Amino acid sequence: MRRRSSRGHIVTSHFLIRSLDRGAVAFVAVIAALAVIVPALNLAVPESSALHLPTYLVALFGKYACYALLALSIDLIWGYCGILSLGHGAFFTLGGYAMGMYLMRQIGTRGVYADPILPDFMVFLNWKELPVYWYGFQFFPYAALMIFLVPGALAFVFGWFAFRSRVTGVYLSIITQALTYALMLGFFRNNFGFGGNNGLTDFKDILGFNVQAEVTRSALFSISCIALILAFLLCRAIIASKFGKVLIAIRDAEARTRFLGYRVESYKLFVFTLSACMAGLAGALYVPQVGIINPSEFAPANSIEAVIWVAVGGRGTLIGAALGAIVVNYAKTFFTSGALAPYWLFLLGGLFVAVTLLLPRGIIGTLRHWTALRRDRASAAAEDGVTASPPEPLPAE
Amino acid sequence: MKAGDIAMHFSRACLVALLLAFGCGTAHTASLDEALAHFTTDDFSDANDGINEVAASGGPRAETIIRALQDGHLMFSAERKAVYIKADSDKLTDAATGAPITGDAPADLDTVRLNNRLRGTIDAAIGALTLLSSDPAKRFEAAEAVFKSREARTLPILETAIAKEQDPRVKRVLMEARAAIILLSDDATDQDKLAAVDVIRQRGDQDALGLLSSLPAGTSAPVMKAASAAIAAIQNRLVLWNAVQNAWYGISLGSVLLLAAIGLAITFGVMGVINMAHGEMVMLGAYVTFVVQELIRNHNPVLFDYSLAIAIPLAFLVAGFVGILIERCIIRFLYGRPLETLLATWGLSLILQQAVRTAFGPNNREVGNPSWMSGAFDVGGITITYNRMWIICFSLAVFIALLALLRFTRFGLEMRAVTQNRPMAASMGIRTSRVDALTFGLGSGIAGIAGVALSQIDNVSPNLGQGYIIDSFMVVVFGGVGNLWGTLVGAFTLGIANKFLEPYAGAVLGKIAILVLIILFIQKRPRGMFALKGRAVEA
Repeated sequence: MRRRSSRGHIVTSHFLIRSLDRGAVAFVAVIAALAVIVPALNLAVPESSALHLPTYLVALFGKYACYALLALSIDLIWGYCGILSLGHGAFFTLGGYAMGMYLMRQIGTRGVYADPILPDFMVFLNWKELPVYWYGFQFFPYAALMIFLVPGALAFVFGWFAFRSRVTGVYLSIITQALTYALMLGFFRNNFGFGGNNGLTDFKDILGFNVQAEVTRSALFSISCIALILAFLLCRAIIASKFGKVLIAIRDAEARTRFLGYRVESYKLFVFTLSACMAGLAGALYVPQVGIINPSEFAPANSIEAVIWVAVGGRGTLIGAALGAIVVNYAKTFFTSGALAPYWLFLLGGLFVAVTLLLPRGIIGTLRHWTALRRDRASAAAEDGVTASPPEPLPAE
Repeated sequence: MKAGDIAMHFSRACLVALLLAFGCGTAHTASLDEALAHFTTDDFSDANDGINEVAASGGPRAETIIRALQDGHLMFSAERKAVYIKADSDKLTDAATGAPITGDAPADLDTVRLNNRLRGTIDAAIGALTLLSSDPAKRFEAAEAVFKSREARTLPILETAIAKEQDPRVKRVLMEARAAIILLSDDATDQDKLAAVDVIRQRGDQDALGLLSSLPAGTSAPVMKAASAAIAAIQNRLVLWNAVQNAWYGISLGSVLLLAAIGLAITFGVMGVINMAHGEMVMLGAYVTFVVQELIRNHNPVLFDYSLAIAIPLAFLVAGFVGILIERCIIRFLYGRPLETLLATWGLSLILQQAVRTAFGPNNREVGNPSWMSGAFDVGGITITYNRMWIICFSLAVFIALLALLRFTRFGLEMRAVTQNRPMAASMGIRTSRVDALTFGLGSGIAGIAGVALSQIDNVSPNLGQGYIIDSFMVVVFGGVGNLWGTLVGAFTLGIANKFLEPYAGAVLGKIAILVLIILFIQKRPRGMFALKGRAVEA
């Protein structure tokens, strides 16, 4: 009996890995196809044609791709390591600010006050010199480095403190929420040197291309898709490695993993920092496409909303996270742009409740669960018709 | 019966006041008649003398007459040598007595004319007259105004006022006003000035400091020396009172945090459930207060002073009921999955906010203070508002009541048992799921009560709860779970620390500093200040 069920399990996981691979390939293929088709429909198809894609939709899809990347970064730590961060929006926004600072420096003399060095808001606030932390942002490579470095460094310091003293579960969630809240309060201040509550906006060029131009928008969309694919492959590689197995072990039984001799803090710290860098990249790609970054992006509500994208798609599935981000944001665009706007919050709130109560595995997770159940039953029946092996358990908190 | 008594007392008091006023009136009538005669000559400089004399008479009619003059309602008849006041209804009354005129109006009735010089005199006279007003609050205000304006011309009337003044509080300000004028005048003796410095030193606030540091150049050396000694003394005093003031604000903020966090501490402590919709329970309580007040305003305004007493049990019931509903319908399916509970309750908070926004509109709603909660009084160098004071008392009362509930009732015992060891409590026959539901209801109900209190000091809007949620979590995390004393100490520590950091770092940076400090504190004591010890810690 025991031997049989474990054999069944091996067969199941074998199939699961194969189907996962198939899903992963399909996901990469779809995103790659979009990265080509969307710009083509926008640029190559004439405006009169029914197939023409307006530029605003390209920017909108680009925004979704950035959200999907953010969701992916959350899924990596929540779905596979059990760290629920309610402050991932902070890393996203910091990456966005790093990109925004580069874009601000590119404006140069075309600003309202035509100051070659100082951004408009600094001239307006009567600042005489550029603050030191703005130095170097006129160079793209430096800015690109900062996009990863600033969120990464913050996550490293924060995680080093938090994980070392074993702050876990809801405590960690609340502390991360406080972190993004504190950053929001800080960035709202004018004397922080990031434009106060107006944030950074009115961008002109990115790498010498006009940010408003159709070609640039299409390019940004494609780059966002490529970033999404690369991040997805990176996450897949991590999950499939031995390192990833340890992460899952930490998620399911942290104390046991520690007693087995693994340095849980180091694993958590690494994956948390990596995830923050991914979120930072998402923010950096987001800013040129929406044309503004301001402190309200730090709002704790945004971070929690990002978590629900992951929950809707299915945590611990990667593809589900990206899918969830796109589905929820499409619904948001659909609802908030029409007469149904007042009901969006009901729907969003209901989504939180419904997903946690009725669909704890999320869309992709539930689909996988069903396939696994069916295969299991089929294979068990094929062998000798007795009870199937237990279905894949829910990821523990 | 009681209200009737009060009404009777009040009417008696009025009668006494009226008799007193009348008595004074007759005593002044003679000089007032002479003063009024100046108005019958239709001459500006005569009228000027008239105003001054009327004002100097200081009688109860004086202000009425001068105000009538200011409004162009003072009439005179040269033929009868009489002065009248014309009401809006064209009725004439005798200016000196206020008695209505019987018989025909005089034929040559004319308005007493004014020019700019007279208007200036009128303003000064009214200012001086309020120093003699029968209302102590008005006299106090007028004296403060003189202290700030330091108008030398008011000195004679100040002297009169000081001689007459019975109210010690008003008298003190009058003396201070006189001292201010003396200090700035050129012809006062050094002795007077030294005495004046002493009076100002006693006052000891920012205005006193400003006055003493702006003495005119001609002031003699001993006075200057006394003044600088007084400045040093006042500055010391101000620093001290500033600290007291900060502590008071801190306690006040702490009491608000305590109210908001205490319900959360219960639900989190007993069930390990993070209720993100806790802030919305507070909001519901505030809206219950609003509805109660609206009903009272529309149906029975007499009860307005009791509106909060009515709202408190109602808010407890409404929020508690919603809490139990949430627990039964959602949270009980999510036990053992705290992170998902957190998400579900967050979604719930969005729904509740939007529901309230739909029902009551997105704008702030007006919730009034009952009379016993408005106003303020001074203690030394600080002003204490009644609403803040009552909220502190109220939060402590709620805290003590809750403590007693936990300590002395069977429900409290069961709750503590479940907090300490759930499986053991269950095997001892405690129905843990019922305890959970009731605990959640209790925590939510207390949040509702907190909403009643917060409606008195904060804007009642659908976002009311959101402003408190992170702060209350900080209190709970800081104080530690499963111990109400931790919540108390946490709330007041955070409140006071916040207010002491604010003057140095500004409100926002102060808040950030507090958040960073808590994050660092969690390093040292991951389970808060008053953590449960032993096996209860790790479930």
